[in-house]
Amino acid sequence: MNWDWTVIWQNLPKLMDGALLTLELVFFSGLIGVLLAIPLALLRVSGNIWVRALPYAYIFFFRGTPLLIQIFLVYYGASQFEWVKESSLWPILREPYWCAVITFGLHTAAYIAELLRGAIQSIPRGEIEAAKALGMSYPKMLRRITLPRAFGIMMPSYGNEVILMLKGSALASTITLLDLTGMARTVIARTYTPLEIFLAAGVMYLMISALIIFIFRLLERYFNRHQHWPNEKPKGLDSQLLSKD
Amino acid sequence: MPDAPVALEIRDLHKSYGSLEVLKGISLQARDGDVISILGSSGSGKSTFLRCINLLESPSSGTITVAGESLKLKKNKDNELEAADQKQLERMRSEIGFVFQNFNLWPHRTVLENIIEAPIHVLKRTKDEAIARAEGLLKKVGLFDKRHNYPSQLSGGQQQRIAIARTLAMDPQVLLFDEPTSALDPELVNEVLAVMRDLAAEGRTMLIVTHEMRFARDVSSQIVFLHQGQVEEIGSPDKVFGNPDSDRCREFLSSHL
Repeated sequence: MNWDWTVIWQNLPKLMDGALLTLELVFFSGLIGVLLAIPLALLRVSGNIWVRALPYAYIFFFRGTPLLIQIFLVYYGASQFEWVKESSLWPILREPYWCAVITFGLHTAAYIAELLRGAIQSIPRGEIEAAKALGMSYPKMLRRITLPRAFGIMMPSYGNEVILMLKGSALASTITLLDLTGMARTVIARTYTPLEIFLAAGVMYLMISALIIFIFRLLERYFNRHQHWPNEKPKGLDSQLLSKD
Repeated sequence: MPDAPVALEIRDLHKSYGSLEVLKGISLQARDGDVISILGSSGSGKSTFLRCINLLESPSSGTITVAGESLKLKKNKDNELEAADQKQLERMRSEIGFVFQNFNLWPHRTVLENIIEAPIHVLKRTKDEAIARAEGLLKKVGLFDKRHNYPSQLSGGQQQRIAIARTLAMDPQVLLFDEPTSALDPELVNEVLAVMRDLAAEGRTMLIVTHEMRFARDVSSQIVFLHQGQVEEIGSPDKVFGNPDSDRCREFLSSHL
């Protein structure tokens, strides 16, 4: 076996482009995922069985089928319907990029919704009762107490989910996208150096993972700052107050 | 305070869990400045009664009136009462202070943030105003120097004093205490009772569910003894502790003093 390291350097800009696309896919799907997960999780903890059924079915479908099937369904499936092609959504749905972002977002939302549901349910009931007893409305309680508390609880497992999504995003290469995996395969088809290029791609995935772990450590510190005191002083309000000491 | 205006009036409150009736028609009136202690053995319904007043539990029937305003109620499909007007419920809850057995401070907020949260977001006070008042209350409960700590760094007694300050920050018409010292180590009970004594001396209207008999006897204007979801004995502390009509009440007190 003759190693050809120069091929990595020669193709590094291409691989970087791929890594950038991978990052983009993970970022946007993570964003869509968490935004979608909030209403899903809230419906999921409802007392009404019919209200609970909708997010349950959604989560059951997206957790129970392979991501590859989902992405094929959206990418190849959407164009089978005339009304989709005639709708204003078609310029979006014919782009593999948006197909991937939408599918990943919908997919990861199902997992995040379950994490969030667990987090909401593990908030001690008394903390919610205290908010009620002080006269807070439901939306205010969500915004000020329930969600900040739930995010703190779920943050470590949410970080885990984003890393799983990072690796899942390699499937974008199956619908012609040149993400890190797609780009690696394109380069390999030309240079025929699978070992070197896949190795380089693997290392880049590792670096992105490290970045995500780092970001989530910061988020975890922010949402659970009460567990890190006194290293982390409270934000916002207290900068003004601390100066009075 | 026989002539003072009525701060809180509960009429014929019933509460059932399925076929188990835990409150069998309780009526109670508190005038401004009244301190009413509610005693009873466990399972007598005293906590449930208190929690029904601000609808943390849904009563099955009855009426609740705070400072002349009746809480609008309607039956839901489980045949329990719920608020007919959510806005009114929220407003009335903000006028009824509730202190929990387990303090229920928000752990992700500092002491000060816990106290200013509801004044800012429910009463729409400015942040500066809320902070100024919160600092005053913290001095009152003797915890001003802990204002930037998180609840988990405080002892149980300190947390309960913060919880009382959080409730007072809303300027409630009535204060409800649900066994405020039952979760505390014995040596921490007195610091909380001292704060409550001060509040009683200020003339605050209070309903207290407690097992602290001496305290109840000292500060109360009225004692209510509940038994199996009914008012078994009601009267002045001297009467109830000295010469109760009910044998059950006598038995309960003699085993708890």
